[in-house]
Parts: sequence; structure tokens; C-alpha cells
Amino acid sequence: MKKTTVFLGKAVRNVARLRGGGSALPGAIVEKIDPDFLKEVLNNLPYGVAVVSGTNGKTTTTKIIVELLESQGLKVFTNRTGSNFTRGVISEIIGEIQGGCFDFDIAVLELDEAYAARFVDQVQPNFSLILNVFRDQLDRFGEIDKTAKLLEKVAKKTKKEVILNREDRLVSEISNQIKTPVAFFGHAEKLAENFPVDDETHTTSKRKNNQKHPATVELIGLKNRRAEYQIDGKKYLATLKLSGSHNALNGAAALAIVQAILGEKFDATKNVKALAKVEPAFGRGEIIEIGKTKLELLLVKNPSGFQSALRSQYKKSASTMIAINDQYADGRDMSWLWDVDFHELKKVTAISGIRAYDMALRLQYDDVDFKHVATDLKKSLKYFLSKHSSEDKQIFCTYTAMLAIRKILAKSHDVRRVL
Amino acid sequence: MKKTIKIMSLYPKEMNIYGDYGNFLTLKKRLEWNGFEVKHISHEIGQKLDESADIILGGGGQDSGQNKIQDDLLKNSKKIHRMVENGTPMLMICGMYQLFGLYFKTNKNEHIDGIGVFDAWTEAGPERLIGNIITESEDFGELVGYENHSGLTYLNKNQGAFAKVLRGAGNNGVDQSEGARSFNAIGSYLHGPVLPKNPRLADEIIKIAVTKKYGDYEFKKLDDQIAIKAHNIAATRPR
Repeated sequence: MKKTTVFLGKAVRNVARLRGGGSALPGAIVEKIDPDFLKEVLNNLPYGVAVVSGTNGKTTTTKIIVELLESQGLKVFTNRTGSNFTRGVISEIIGEIQGGCFDFDIAVLELDEAYAARFVDQVQPNFSLILNVFRDQLDRFGEIDKTAKLLEKVAKKTKKEVILNREDRLVSEISNQIKTPVAFFGHAEKLAENFPVDDETHTTSKRKNNQKHPATVELIGLKNRRAEYQIDGKKYLATLKLSGSHNALNGAAALAIVQAILGEKFDATKNVKALAKVEPAFGRGEIIEIGKTKLELLLVKNPSGFQSALRSQYKKSASTMIAINDQYADGRDMSWLWDVDFHELKKVTAISGIRAYDMALRLQYDDVDFKHVATDLKKSLKYFLSKHSSEDKQIFCTYTAMLAIRKILAKSHDVRRVL
Repeated sequence: MKKTIKIMSLYPKEMNIYGDYGNFLTLKKRLEWNGFEVKHISHEIGQKLDESADIILGGGGQDSGQNKIQDDLLKNSKKIHRMVENGTPMLMICGMYQLFGLYFKTNKNEHIDGIGVFDAWTEAGPERLIGNIITESEDFGELVGYENHSGLTYLNKNQGAFAKVLRGAGNNGVDQSEGARSFNAIGSYLHGPVLPKNPRLADEIIKIAVTKKYGDYEFKKLDDQIAIKAHNIAATRPR
């Protein structure tokens, strides 16, 4: 590692901070003066790099993996700010370098599909975990088969082991295309109804059964937050802090990759215990105290994610708000709302966001009652918090709507800062 | 006895990549709100195509989906042509619109035959045309939607377009045409899906189907305030 590079990067970082923001700027400069910086630093880590990619659950799963590895005594570098771009990752590395030393055992990086496929050209990961391919943000990646191709490339470039979701047809088929050793995670057949699959939407005929690969980690039981895992034939129980069936499955995914990383040192009992303690990630079922009631933020960004949240996280006893934006990070196309079945919703107190009326229109067609509709988030939040003030609250929101809601709430309530 | 309208989805398994189910739902609910009964049938590969359908819907698919259904579609070409000429309303979006044309030329210069309901052909383009789109149709007014296609479609000179592009790319990004229309069969690149935010188009399709089947048509005005607001906001959003 070139000392001058780090020095320069740090200097730029300090200047950028003074200016306020600009987290990717130091990375951009370092990348220019030392193109191999990222490769050199990351390849020197004892356990190398683990990449987490897929459409849904990257952030939560990455958080679980990091906490499991840390519970086993490893020092873990991760891209906590959610910055997906090389420059962002470099900037964070520079921030972590103390006295010329990048003192970590492993880097666990959350990368979106398109970026992951570029990243592996620069740095070949030792391990990769591919969660799923759902219809999402087609405006960005074109088509779902192309997204699967991008992930296949990530798997191909992985050096030691690839962890695949057995239950996702496109993901499990990657195993036929690669030479790297593969391990699978999955769930028992009887739990299938908890996990909506794109292939099944709006058609009467059933999806063709997957080739049933044996899974090293399998979710075999799930009741509310009590999850049962089978790891190498043995059963383990955990009461999770994370809500939602998809997060129980993300737990299986995390256990599987941690097992691959640690190898013989992997202790299933300890890791399942650590998994039970993991708290929700930023805006993913995060709970904010409002007076005596709880407000839960649920990030939704594609049909399967929204469907899962409605099926396993929606509380009929809580009052509900939905906030839909269409900024670039949310996806501009509103079509996805029409692939979600909203009949589970009893009533909706407030609908907001730039595309509030798209959401209201969607609910009209599913005969769901709603009251307040407005594009102004501030106005809607005020209304929402003033109604049913003794009830717990849930807000289903897209990414930029979530950021905005957190910001508004932070002014009047004690909101933990994560970013 | 309730009057019944039969709506057929073409290959919903392969050709329903993004939200086009909303087109069915819009027609179904609007018919039901007017006292009609709606029967929903799917036509899947290998099945006998039910010629008694009153409305046919088709969605966008991926290349892999298009390859799978092509043979079955060609087999049913005659039936579908007969239904088009009898005035059955059809709405074909994106991938199905392309296959209702003469052929699709891939970037490897292969020709994938379509059924030629529309006198139009599609060529693989250099980049995807993606974004919000606004068009205007003489019969259905201003339409908003979202396009996402790499194929460029060209209409032969006697083939009428469905609408004129006001903002966005449309068929090919050059001649301002969007979609195609033959009799009551409409082809279009508008996702969104197109019908919920363009209720006038939905009602026109219903009107054609009901009049054709029952001779008369009486339809009460539905409260479309939310749809109109959603439409107007969509029209202001960046591409």
C-alpha cells in the first residue's frame, strides 16, 4: 500500500468533510493516482473479500454476516454507508486506515447486481452470496435474465465458494454454469407459502419444481419470530429480533456463508445465538419510539418485497401509512405496485410521497379503504401521527421516502442516527 | 342474469414481466362496478385458444419468454386474425405488441416471425429506450405510461399508429409514432400499466367489447378523481 496514496486520500477526505458531504471524492482521487489501491488492500486481508448481492435483503443480510463474524472474534470491514460504488468503498477504506495499517480480517461488501459484476473484475472475492433475483428496477438493468447473467459473472469470478439460494430458480441455475464450489441455503417445502415467487404471480399454473439440491443451512420451521434451522443435519432454534419470513431466510443465507468463511472453526450453536441478537438495519423494520407508541419503518422497493412485508410484517392492530416516491433510487416506473396484492390491508390511514396518487389508485382497485392522500410527506406525517395516537404505527416506504421520513421525524423525535 | 364479459390473458406465465396484470384488473373492476360479471381465462402454450373471448390482453416479456411462446402464437395466428377482423378489442403491450407485428430482427440478424396483425416490424436497437412517456391519441386523448424496450418498431405506410409521442421515444424514437392499431387491436409500448391511469382508454375498450356482444351499452360515469390526479402527476415526472 502506497503511503502517499493514503496520505493524499486522507487529506482530501478532511477537506471534503469541511465542505460538508462528498464521501466519494477522496475515493475518486485515490482511484486516479493508484488504480490498484483497492485490489492491493482487499487482497491482503487474511480472509479476503465476501460479496453479498441479489435484489432483496442485501443490507440486512450483510449486517447479519458482519455481526456473526464479529461475534466469533473477527475484525470485519464493511461498506456501512451503503455506498455501492468503488470510490465509496475506497473512501471508507481510507477512513479506516490507521498509521498506514488496514487492520481487518475480512471485508464483507454489499453490492448491487450491476456494480458487483464490475467490482469482481477489479477484486476477485473469496466468497460470494447470491440471495435472489426478483423483478426490480427493470428500468435500470433492462431485464431479469440479464440481472441473473450479472450475478453469474460474480459467481464465476469467486475464488473459494459461492453460496446460492436453492429456492430461487434463476439463482440456483447459476450452479450449472460455474466451476467454483457451491453451497446452498434454502427453506423446507412446507414453508413455501411464506415466500412469494415471481414465476407464480398471476398465473394459474404452478412453477416447475427446482432441482432440489441439498442445503447446508435450511430454514425448517417458522412461527412468528421463532425460527428453526437445520445445519449439517442438526437442528437449532432461535427467537429473532428481525421480523418477516424473508429475514428468517436471510438468516439462513448468512449462516451458510459464515460457515463457508470460517470452515472448521464454524460453531453453529454460537452463530445461531448471535443471529438471534441481530437488530434490523437502517429502515428495514426499524422501530422508532413516538411517545408511548412504536412506529415501524418498512422499506419496500419491489413486488416480492412489498408482498413479503404485507404477509409477514403487517400488523392489523397498527395504523398504516404508505409513502411511494419515484426518484432514481426508488425506480421511476410505478408498474411494480400492480404486481402486489393489497387485499391483506384492512385500511390505510395516510398515503403520501411523490406518487401518492398512484398508490391510492392501486388500493382503489383492491377495494382497500384509505383516508388521507397527499404528495407532501411532511403534511402527511403530521396527519398520520395525529390520528389514532394510542395505536402503534407502520409506514411502508420506498427508499428516498424513508430517508425523508427519518429526517422529518428526527426534528421532533429521538431517532437513532445510523448514517 | 348478469351480463358476462370474458377477458383472456395471453401467456401470462411468460409475458407478464412488469405490472401488466393491472390492465386486466382495471377492466375487470370497471366492468364489475357497472354490474357485469367478468370471466378471466388464460391462454397458455399448448392450450386450445378460446375464440369466444371478448377482450384479449397481452403483456411484455423477456426475450426468453418471447422465444417460448412464438410457436404457439404462430399456430393460433389464423384464429387471432379472425378475431381481429371481427372487431374483438385487444391490448398488446411491449413484447406481445412486437410479436403481433410481422417479425422481430435480432441483433444477430435472425428473424423471429410474428403473426402480422400489425403491418410493422421490429429491429433490435443499440440501447434501451427507458422512461416516462406521454402520447396523444385521437380516439383516447392524452396517455401517460412508462416505456422500457430495446426493439425499434417501424410501421409500414398503411399501418396506423396508436398514438403520437409528445414526450419520450415511442416506436423508434424517430418518427413520433407510438404503437399500432388495426381494427380494435391495439399494440403499445406503454407500461405503467397503461389502463389504470388512462381510464378513458379502459372504458373505450370496454365499450367496444360490450357493444359487440350485447348490442347496446350503458355505462355509468365512475369517479376517476384519483386516476386523473395520478395521470397528471405522472405527466410532470422526469423521464
